[in-house]
Amino acid sequence: MRLLKFLLVSIFLFIPFTVYSAVKEYRLKNDLKVLIIEDHKAPLATFQIWYRVGSRDEPIGKTGISHLLEHMMFKGTPKYGSKQFSNIIQRSGGADNAHTTKDYTMYHQTLSSDRIGLSIELEADRVVNLLLDPKEVVSERNVVMEERRMRYEDDPQNLLYEEVIATAFKAHPYNWPVIGWMSDIASIERNDLYEHYKNYYAPDNAFIVISGDVNVEDVLSKIKRNFESVPKPQRNLPVKNFSEPLQKGEKRVYLRKEAELPYLLIAYHVPSFPHEDSFALTVLSAMLSKGKSARLYRSIIYEKRLALNVFANYSGLYKDPFLFVFGGSAAPGKNIEDVERSIYNEIERITKEVPSEKEIQKAKNQIEASFIFAQDSNYTKALYTGIFEMLGDWRLMDIYLEGIRKVRTEDVQSVAKKYLVDDNKTVGILVPVKKEDEKLGR
Amino acid sequence: MRSWEDKKIRYLLVLLTVHCLLLTDAHAIEIKKQTLPNGLTVIHAERHSLPIVMVTLLIKASPLNEPEDKAGVAYLTAKLLNEGTAKRKALEISEEIEFIGASLNASTNSDYTTISLSILKKDVDKGFDILSDTLLNPLFSEDEINRKKEIIKGSLRQSEEDPSFVASKAFIKEVFKNHPYGRLVNGSIESIDNIKRDDIIGFYKKHYLPDNAILSVVGDLTPQELGSLIKKYLGQWKPKVRSQESGVKSQESDTKKTDKPKVVIIHKDITQANIVFGHLGIARNDDNYYAVSVMNYILGGGGFASRLMKVVRDDMGLTYSIYSSFSGNKEPGQFEIEVQTKNESAGIVIKEILKQINKIRTEPVSNQELEDAKAYLTGSFPRRLETSRRIADFLAAVQFYNLGDDYIERYPDYINMVTKEDILRVSKKYLNPENYVLVIVGNKKKLSLSEF
Repeated sequence: MRLLKFLLVSIFLFIPFTVYSAVKEYRLKNDLKVLIIEDHKAPLATFQIWYRVGSRDEPIGKTGISHLLEHMMFKGTPKYGSKQFSNIIQRSGGADNAHTTKDYTMYHQTLSSDRIGLSIELEADRVVNLLLDPKEVVSERNVVMEERRMRYEDDPQNLLYEEVIATAFKAHPYNWPVIGWMSDIASIERNDLYEHYKNYYAPDNAFIVISGDVNVEDVLSKIKRNFESVPKPQRNLPVKNFSEPLQKGEKRVYLRKEAELPYLLIAYHVPSFPHEDSFALTVLSAMLSKGKSARLYRSIIYEKRLALNVFANYSGLYKDPFLFVFGGSAAPGKNIEDVERSIYNEIERITKEVPSEKEIQKAKNQIEASFIFAQDSNYTKALYTGIFEMLGDWRLMDIYLEGIRKVRTEDVQSVAKKYLVDDNKTVGILVPVKKEDEKLGR
Repeated sequence: MRSWEDKKIRYLLVLLTVHCLLLTDAHAIEIKKQTLPNGLTVIHAERHSLPIVMVTLLIKASPLNEPEDKAGVAYLTAKLLNEGTAKRKALEISEEIEFIGASLNASTNSDYTTISLSILKKDVDKGFDILSDTLLNPLFSEDEINRKKEIIKGSLRQSEEDPSFVASKAFIKEVFKNHPYGRLVNGSIESIDNIKRDDIIGFYKKHYLPDNAILSVVGDLTPQELGSLIKKYLGQWKPKVRSQESGVKSQESDTKKTDKPKVVIIHKDITQANIVFGHLGIARNDDNYYAVSVMNYILGGGGFASRLMKVVRDDMGLTYSIYSSFSGNKEPGQFEIEVQTKNESAGIVIKEILKQINKIRTEPVSNQELEDAKAYLTGSFPRRLETSRRIADFLAAVQFYNLGDDYIERYPDYINMVTKEDILRVSKKYLNPENYVLVIVGNKKKLSLSEF
């Protein structure tokens, strides 16, 4: 404890703005880690439980199983029937939900801080006692298939994104979407889910983050009472060291679908945090895309009037190397090829002239300010803490912010030169197909 | 004629109302409200937990104030504020705001326009400087107007890709006919082409006035600091000398009841039917608003606690999302149920919706349902006010809808007073299983509608 406090003080001096330094860390006997951030500005608290399992951990043929299991976690235990979880939380004025990503699955509730015990009790119950009723599995599978229809089948831009990711990755399981392929979702049975649940939903593969108006001793004793009895299973989780082979040449895919405007995505393989280049890539994406003064908007939308929207997006906060993605829609009457060319022009500009100090400073200021704004919400504060813990240690937050502050203009140029090259890219184009309305005549 | 004296702003610090926000003493937030001599209503809450300041400037200007053939002028005017002033070019505005990691955006909804500034405390002076410049001195140059029009028209076109957008657009058109709520806030491609620079300037001059606005500021700022910022940056904002208004006549709500359901089917080559079902609802100031809120929570507003979600998603597995809502606007808004399901099950889902509406209109809700709904609606209040951004927006809206300075204290009573009989009564009055609008956007070749 004393050592921990000393560490916290030194971090606090380093980054005066973050309250992440106020994270208190504990570990239960069964290896479940608990992170608590006290914040007494409102009588509220957020509870999050994170499981280190996402679509990257799925077997081929059962893609989407992590996400379907997330849905099933709301379908009851012997003690609390289907959807009772949400009903109990809502009855307390709270809100609850969950999400699954390529790397993790996270469940969360935000509620009155004096009700935090409810979250603790209900989460401890469903990590051990999930029913997974076969009839409910069939019903929820259908719900997820409807979700997939809504999010992908009927949304041309998302469908293109799915195509591009699947083309960019051939060996790494980042290849498939978190929601899974339709035929895989349809094939997932109760026993598949049960096995996935037993393997991954265990105290040594999870951690808890609490942020809000709580008393540490009090909340910790509640957690111990409910979670310490959760058994640590005797099994070895498969070690998954995936690596996508180096891409050697541009890949290009087309999606022909009913749509109004052509749309484009360009994805480059890049490393993730804490790789030394991840900081400059983060600054580069802000410099290109954050706001109307950023280069892409200014040049392609404002000056050339070629696109309706255009963006660059890089998140280094993946477990494994992911992508630096550009995208945009052509303005009506404009060509998507011109939008594509203009994006390459912007990349070329960076590789030819070093960006100004001021421009880099602006990007850093934007990143820093958005971190400070995010601290107003217990949910986002806990989220950031959890994301870094998922990557290895919540204290990496400091390395992240420090790394961004140290980025120099030459670094931004050099990562652009290194990664934003033709042989490393996958391009996807949405080609709008005309609506067949009139032909129907009904 | 009202006169304006700059020095009167000195009285800014005179506080007309003070009350507590959250019930727990330790977390109470003091809200100070007053009206300045120029007519601007100022609401302020101090929150010093983070070095940030959130500003919401609400302007009472929306589609309710536009003529039909210029639909979208309120939205366009708001979107042009940041696109150039007498002092700053469009790019200079975004450059200055973004350099300090702040954001300054304007947006318009059915009832009003808001300008939102989110900024670090250390930069608040700069933020007010730019906010004031864009508010008081917008140029509305032809060049920027054309640029913005092209983008809005392009976005409207792109939205046609989104089946739920297509369904909602057709739905409000059927429900509201010529009333402004029947149009998109951003207008239509034709009406945008109709808007000339003079229309924008005229709209701006008529509505962007201090006595037609509410300034809500929440964050790390003392009343003294806010007072001097207002004096320095909004002191030049003068009320207009008003003659009897002519301008746009408040448009009659042409929403006379039809005598049978109106069904609109729009074909798209997609896998799901996007269904919007509903009709005219109620206004925010309707006495029945709270009873309707409780009723709607039980019917379809309460997420997984609602009947529609329980039956259509949880039991039948026919959708990912189904919900009902009443838009409690300044004038009566819509009641709607929105759902997506595969084309083949559209009919079953619609049949179930009608069944649920009939049920809540004829059978009293259970004690448990009533208690749960009340517990949620009252208990979720503090959570809805967690961040300074949310508080700033909320306080401006409370003032706009005249909910009263004691709204926060009284809200639990409004909800807790609702009885089972009230719910039955408002269900009968505000839900109509005979005269409704039903829009289905889906694949006509696969839609199965025989079930209902």
